[in-house]
Amino acid sequence: MKKPQTTQQMGTQVPLTVEDLWVEYQIERGVVKAVRGVSFNLAKGESLALIGESGCGKTTLGVALIRLLVKAARIPKGEITYWRDNQGLDVLSLKESELRRFRWRECAMVFQSALNAFNPVLRIWDQILDTSKAHGGMSRHQVRERAMQLLEYVQLDPRRVIDAYPHELSGGMRQRVLLAMSLLLDPQILILDEPTTALDILTQRTIIDLLRRLKEEMGFAMLFISHDLATAAELADRVATMYAGSIVEMGPVEDIFYRPAHPYTLGLIRAVPTVTGDFENLASIPGAPPDLVDPPPGCKFHPRCPYVTEQCRVKEPQLETHYSETHSVACFNVKRVQQDTLDLQERYAKYAGGKAQ
Amino acid sequence: MNAGSGEYLIEAHNLVRQFGSRRERVTAVDDISFGIREGEVVCLVGESGCGKTTTGKMIAGLLKPTSGQVFYMGKSVWNAKGDKGEDFKTYRLGVQIIHQDPYASLNPSHTIYKIISAPLLHHKLAANTQEALDRVIELLTIVGLSPVEDFLYKYPHQLSGGQRQRVSVARALTVNPRFIVADEAVSMVDVSIRVGLLNMMANLKRDLGVTYLFITHDLAVAKFFAWEGRIAVMYVGSIVEFASTPQLINAPLHPYSKALLAAVPEADPELTRHKQRVELRSQDIPSLLALPGGCRFHPRCPYFEPGLCDVKRPALLPAGENRYVACHIAAREVGTQA
Repeated sequence: MKKPQTTQQMGTQVPLTVEDLWVEYQIERGVVKAVRGVSFNLAKGESLALIGESGCGKTTLGVALIRLLVKAARIPKGEITYWRDNQGLDVLSLKESELRRFRWRECAMVFQSALNAFNPVLRIWDQILDTSKAHGGMSRHQVRERAMQLLEYVQLDPRRVIDAYPHELSGGMRQRVLLAMSLLLDPQILILDEPTTALDILTQRTIIDLLRRLKEEMGFAMLFISHDLATAAELADRVATMYAGSIVEMGPVEDIFYRPAHPYTLGLIRAVPTVTGDFENLASIPGAPPDLVDPPPGCKFHPRCPYVTEQCRVKEPQLETHYSETHSVACFNVKRVQQDTLDLQERYAKYAGGKAQ
Repeated sequence: MNAGSGEYLIEAHNLVRQFGSRRERVTAVDDISFGIREGEVVCLVGESGCGKTTTGKMIAGLLKPTSGQVFYMGKSVWNAKGDKGEDFKTYRLGVQIIHQDPYASLNPSHTIYKIISAPLLHHKLAANTQEALDRVIELLTIVGLSPVEDFLYKYPHQLSGGQRQRVSVARALTVNPRFIVADEAVSMVDVSIRVGLLNMMANLKRDLGVTYLFITHDLAVAKFFAWEGRIAVMYVGSIVEFASTPQLINAPLHPYSKALLAAVPEADPELTRHKQRVELRSQDIPSLLALPGGCRFHPRCPYFEPGLCDVKRPALLPAGENRYVACHIAAREVGTQA
């Protein structure tokens, strides 16, 4: 393995730090600012969910973290650093040959469409072998053994699955094979792009329970990218809400769901009907997400925001801590937003009361 | 040929639909019957491959049943020879379908005006282009695309998914349908605007008396849209439970309905992480090519009774007022004969 590129020291167990990351796409009409100044850390064993609607930049961000961006994209600014044994690896300065070793070993990504991620004419075993040849350095025998273990771990029958073609497996089984493959080289970080979106309810449940077990037992850090608040509610320790390319709120899962401080986070929570809850306070967010070639001035959410003030139209709020060191929000009107979350806070208090009894 | 009962706007009698060659046939929909009253909302829920879309297409007349009958306003849609019946045109104008994918269902080279005015002019529902324009403006207002001038001469690619789906609804409304089949109509629309779209569609029921067959895999959406209506749960080609929405959501009878409701992840961390689960015996949905004998859910069912569930296939039978269930165990519990 190559020596890490930089030798900054880092005391805590933080395998990934992202600092002021910007990603742009050049298109005919101009420049799409898909990711605008995103910073966050990912701690060991923690799961962070990135939530937001289509076009908010969450997938671009995920792909940028392993430098799999399309050619039209560029990163004008920012730092992505992976840490191992207190040594930092500056991802943005890696050469193509180095990237290949870095991907999958440090950080594996499971893509949204489990159905299309496989080569249809190769058996699962051949795809696993290809992956290990491209990124790893295990012997054929070692790979086979490890693959069988992992397939069993994701609750598949290894003997049946390993020699099957992708079309012989159901969507849920393929998703589980992908998960097993992503673990092949023992990465520190797993990025999951919409891990449960295309799946049926019962399959979704299987995958969610499996991911929870993986996290608890294997202890790596996970980054979930999802438009589905329910997946975040199930699996995340921390949640970051993205809007128009930026993180607008980030905090522990309880803060985000029971006392959100950003109008967009609150709007999303209010917009999702639940099976158990009532329909009170259920409402869509008016309008549509902004054009990222020509975004509005000031806060990017202001044209859709019920709390908008004059200040919001001219100045873009920056992330500032609120509630605690671990919670931050980019909004000028946090107090007013908070007043509208009393029902959510009450609900949480009720749960806490139930637990105390 | 038996006629429809007249109690319902639309009725399905023993609908069966098979696909495939002679050598290999699958039964996507296996003998389902139900009726929908005027002004009612019925939701079909189930996982992919359960036959809900095939059912929707047969109800909308886009797919001919292999056997069985569809009745619209008491009249059979397909005649004895299996051809289009006499009143087919009335039926096809009265029943419209809204598809899942608003990116594929609108012609990308036509303006919104053209998309919506085409059926008006084709069916001579507007005498001239001025009348058509007036009606298009009216329809766009109904579906909440205002100010109308901002949308009339735009192309589909210039609109968001939610706006496109509103255009699809406006186009369906051109022929003044009494009945709309909405097939996963909000699944591809961003979460932040789903409720708005659902409310708009619910208003059509209130204001224009539109009746719905609403097909979805999302139980929360079904609950929200059909709270005053009924939900039918489908599993590999059959309806396994049919009940009023509050009954089905709050007190499901069929083990499959119970399993679905218990499995749904919810946007509430404390609630969703501590929900009571229903443990299934197997995760695998049976292949339509090799369906299990007896009850089709028995290989997965936690309440499975050997000698009963794997032998005898339960019929969909009444289990209390306005509710039906196809399960030996549930039927025994509520005290009806299976």
